[in-house]
Amino acid sequence: MPSNTNTRPDQQHYVAPIEETPLVAIDSVKTDGKPSNLWIDAWHDVRKRPMFWISSALILLVIVVALAPGLFTQVPPNNDCQLANSNGGPAGGHPLGYTKQGCDIYSRIIHGTSTSLSVGIIVTVLVAVLGIVFGSFAGFYGGWIDAVLSRLGDIFFSIPYILAAVVIMSVFSQYASVWVISLAIGIFAWPATARVLRAEILRVKNADFVMAATALGVSRFRILLRHVLPNSIAPVIVITTISLASAIVAEATLSFLGVGLPSSTMSWGNDISAAQTDLRSAPQVLILPSIALSVTVLSFIMLGEVIRDALDPKARAER
Amino acid sequence: MAGYIVRRVLQAIPVLLGTTFLIYFMVFAMPGDPIVALFGDKTPPPQVIEQLRARYHFDQPFIVQYFIFLGNIFRGDLGVAFSGQPVSEILGATFPVTLRLAALAVFFEMVAGISVGLISGLRKGGIFDASALVMSLILISLPIFVVAFVAQFIFGIQLAWFRTTVGSGAPIQDLILPAIVLATISFAQISRLTRASVIDTEGQDFVRTAASKGLPRTRIVPVHILRNSLIPVVTYLAVDFGTLMVGATVTEGIFNVPGVGRTLYQAIIRGEGPTVVAFVTIMVLIYLVVNLLVDLLYAVLDPRIRYAK
Repeated sequence: MPSNTNTRPDQQHYVAPIEETPLVAIDSVKTDGKPSNLWIDAWHDVRKRPMFWISSALILLVIVVALAPGLFTQVPPNNDCQLANSNGGPAGGHPLGYTKQGCDIYSRIIHGTSTSLSVGIIVTVLVAVLGIVFGSFAGFYGGWIDAVLSRLGDIFFSIPYILAAVVIMSVFSQYASVWVISLAIGIFAWPATARVLRAEILRVKNADFVMAATALGVSRFRILLRHVLPNSIAPVIVITTISLASAIVAEATLSFLGVGLPSSTMSWGNDISAAQTDLRSAPQVLILPSIALSVTVLSFIMLGEVIRDALDPKARAER
Repeated sequence: MAGYIVRRVLQAIPVLLGTTFLIYFMVFAMPGDPIVALFGDKTPPPQVIEQLRARYHFDQPFIVQYFIFLGNIFRGDLGVAFSGQPVSEILGATFPVTLRLAALAVFFEMVAGISVGLISGLRKGGIFDASALVMSLILISLPIFVVAFVAQFIFGIQLAWFRTTVGSGAPIQDLILPAIVLATISFAQISRLTRASVIDTEGQDFVRTAASKGLPRTRIVPVHILRNSLIPVVTYLAVDFGTLMVGATVTEGIFNVPGVGRTLYQAIIRGEGPTVVAFVTIMVLIYLVVNLLVDLLYAVLDPRIRYAK
């Protein structure tokens, strides 16, 4: 019998000394590391991407401008208009020149921000609430609830939501306001969110942890709320970010068509619409608010893209 | 197959009834009396009001009015525009123009979108792919009317390559610029969908088999990869039909294309409620039929869908 320090007399197989195989390697579960989940993974992925920081900074800027336009301009957007300045170029204190009515373009862009952002946020909240309620009930309870809610969704889905909003807004033209236009857009825009959530819930609701919760006697509604919904909400967050961008575009399109906000409301869509007759002589009056609109929309779409990539491992692989 | 068609058509019926009901309901939720509004600030004798009310079926309950409206649509009677011309007649005159514009736009977006998507997918992560992604994000962010105005300004006014408005009869060379504008909305989506689909297909076993059989790349790419990547793209076209119709409304309005979209655009601007509703109803019906047809076509292409319950 070889005299090896690593073997005990009764031992038949070679066993490496404990110092050579640290416990961490033996049971490969890391116990000292922080627990990870989809959201933490996503955050680690997202913060490495410049697109995330660029879009977040732009969105933050848009929010600050919307909340406190006074920080960015002292020129009143409406009261100080001189027809003598109609479609005029930049002048001292008026860096972007004047609109057809002789109002300061820069000031109007700054003051129009809150309109676009409000419509975007109201529509998004409405779409998220309707989409989550309809989608989760249809997916989780199934049966006739699913049949009724899904067909209802099909009906709303079959009408392109801008066309629907055109009809609603031409009917309620005298009541046009930020709230009414948001309702008109949101009420037809939710089925996409509901469909995505329903599909995700169908996938999640057969998971083991749902069965475990059921076995523990947790009520059905509580299972939906505490276990199924938090595990299927990821795609809803992506589609919600993008729907905020679509809502801003929809408001501008409706205002452009002349069935949006009343012309007294400061809105990028209204300004673009008002400038179209002078496209030939003063294109900057139309293009400047268009840039503000497009950059805002672009930042929300970029954020949505980054979040989608971070939350969806398949998209990460395709990158 | 016959069973699938019947089932799919039956499923479309409640949606069809629901959408037309919704549109009709929205119009009749309209505050104010349309008959009184017809006379402006004058007060007509009550007999005249009664007669008009009966003529437009306003004396019937709401649900009866709806079914009369539905019946009229299926008989091809879409009512009369404010100009006194029947809506169906306007539709007959304008529809071919819109069809030409839409076909041209779909052609442009398919050719450009599929080529860009194919190259990005095959050279994933390269410079072309990265710049195509940035381009597509920017294009998605630009509202269609901004694209239309910028295109009109640059190519119509500054460079004068195209006429800024479409001439009578809508000759095809005048439709090119509006069609390109219309194509930009979906170009980005189509190229990204093609890219994802190409990447997916490239990893399939049959592509590896083709490569190991020694087939040249020039055959694998078009025959094995591209053809199999196109199914989701074709389906997307149907889903996207709604965007195309909204886009056509704006584009035709801006470029003065004498099509369905411009008629709707002008009706919206002039506040001609009934005409707007008639046109939106028709567009929704076309949208439903197109989606039904694509679903059926899809089932022909892919047997798995036909047999799935």
